[in-house]
Amino acid sequence: MHELGIVFYIIRDVKKAAEENGVEHVSTVVMNIGEVSTIIPEYLTDCWRWAADKEDLLRGCELRIEPIPAVTHCDGCGKDYPTVAHGKICPHCGSEKTWLLRGNEVEIKELRIES
Amino acid sequence: MHISKKCSNFAAEMDGMSRKTMENVKIIEIKKSVFENNDRAADALRGELKKKGVFLLNLMSSPGSGKTTTLIQTINRLKDKIRIAVMEADIDSDVDAIKIKEATGVESIQLHTGGMCHLDAEMTEQGLNALAQPLPPPSPQEREPREGESPDLVILENVGNLVCPAEFDTGAVKNAMILSVPEGHDKPLKYPLMFSICDVVVINKIDVLPYFDFDMEKCKEYIHMRNPKATVIPICAKTGEGVEAFAEWLMKEVARWKE
Repeated sequence: MHELGIVFYIIRDVKKAAEENGVEHVSTVVMNIGEVSTIIPEYLTDCWRWAADKEDLLRGCELRIEPIPAVTHCDGCGKDYPTVAHGKICPHCGSEKTWLLRGNEVEIKELRIES
Repeated sequence: MHISKKCSNFAAEMDGMSRKTMENVKIIEIKKSVFENNDRAADALRGELKKKGVFLLNLMSSPGSGKTTTLIQTINRLKDKIRIAVMEADIDSDVDAIKIKEATGVESIQLHTGGMCHLDAEMTEQGLNALAQPLPPPSPQEREPREGESPDLVILENVGNLVCPAEFDTGAVKNAMILSVPEGHDKPLKYPLMFSICDVVVINKIDVLPYFDFDMEKCKEYIHMRNPKATVIPICAKTGEGVEAFAEWLMKEVARWKE
């Protein structure tokens, strides 16, 4: 359900960008999806197929996902570590004063138009 | 000689092909978060609400935590002091909107998300606009005919879900959530985003505490780990215990917004 909502947002933004650039058909939409963004890539591409094929602009358009690994920074020792493996607690010093550096992105990177 | 010529022809052909592909693909760089438009719309809506002096509360929780019962108890304590309206968001049905209207007499409308798991700023604005529309002639059981002025407090009861609503700014002034005792005290650990964005966490159904392994102190500790500034208010919506504290929190916030 969540992924479908995100797909509608993507379609809205892509339509706007296509209109601004005078594009009639987009062949690929490239997304940057963070590892801890709560988006499940397979669900997103499934919802995309269903919704995109209803639009002339996006019929057959591929949604390509480029994942961004999640990294957390520790204020305790100043080091970074992979979020998914260690969660909220720093594996270097055991501190809980940590925050997500990257990995929650849901970003449209680019559109590719084949002529 | 022959072979090398063939090779060079092949290389030239390949080169030509790849150039052709490059020429035929145009790339438009976007590099934009899909939440950006919603965040902007939400900020604009908050600006509008500030001008009108309308306080919008976004109330979230899992299904069955007692949102509607809590609202009825809270509204009945506040409705003689301030003008209140309610927007009920659900995937389908209007049972909650009817229940609120019957139990409190305040204006209540139902928003349908059409299968979506959350409300966004645009849908919230549509709901607020619908509230501002003139109503059909009042039915006999209605408490008082509607006047032209805006409500002081609009409560948006978001779709029952601890994940998606947390990601979409509705344009509300404050976020609140209800966690009920049977759900367990470890929910703040499982749904960190929800707890980190809420200004107030109401813990409902404290009357059943003796029957569950719910550790109130641990729960508060977990909530404050995610959000040190969150206000935690334990209540029982069924008996009304603790509801006064939530009503007071709301009155204070509404007054501060209208300053």
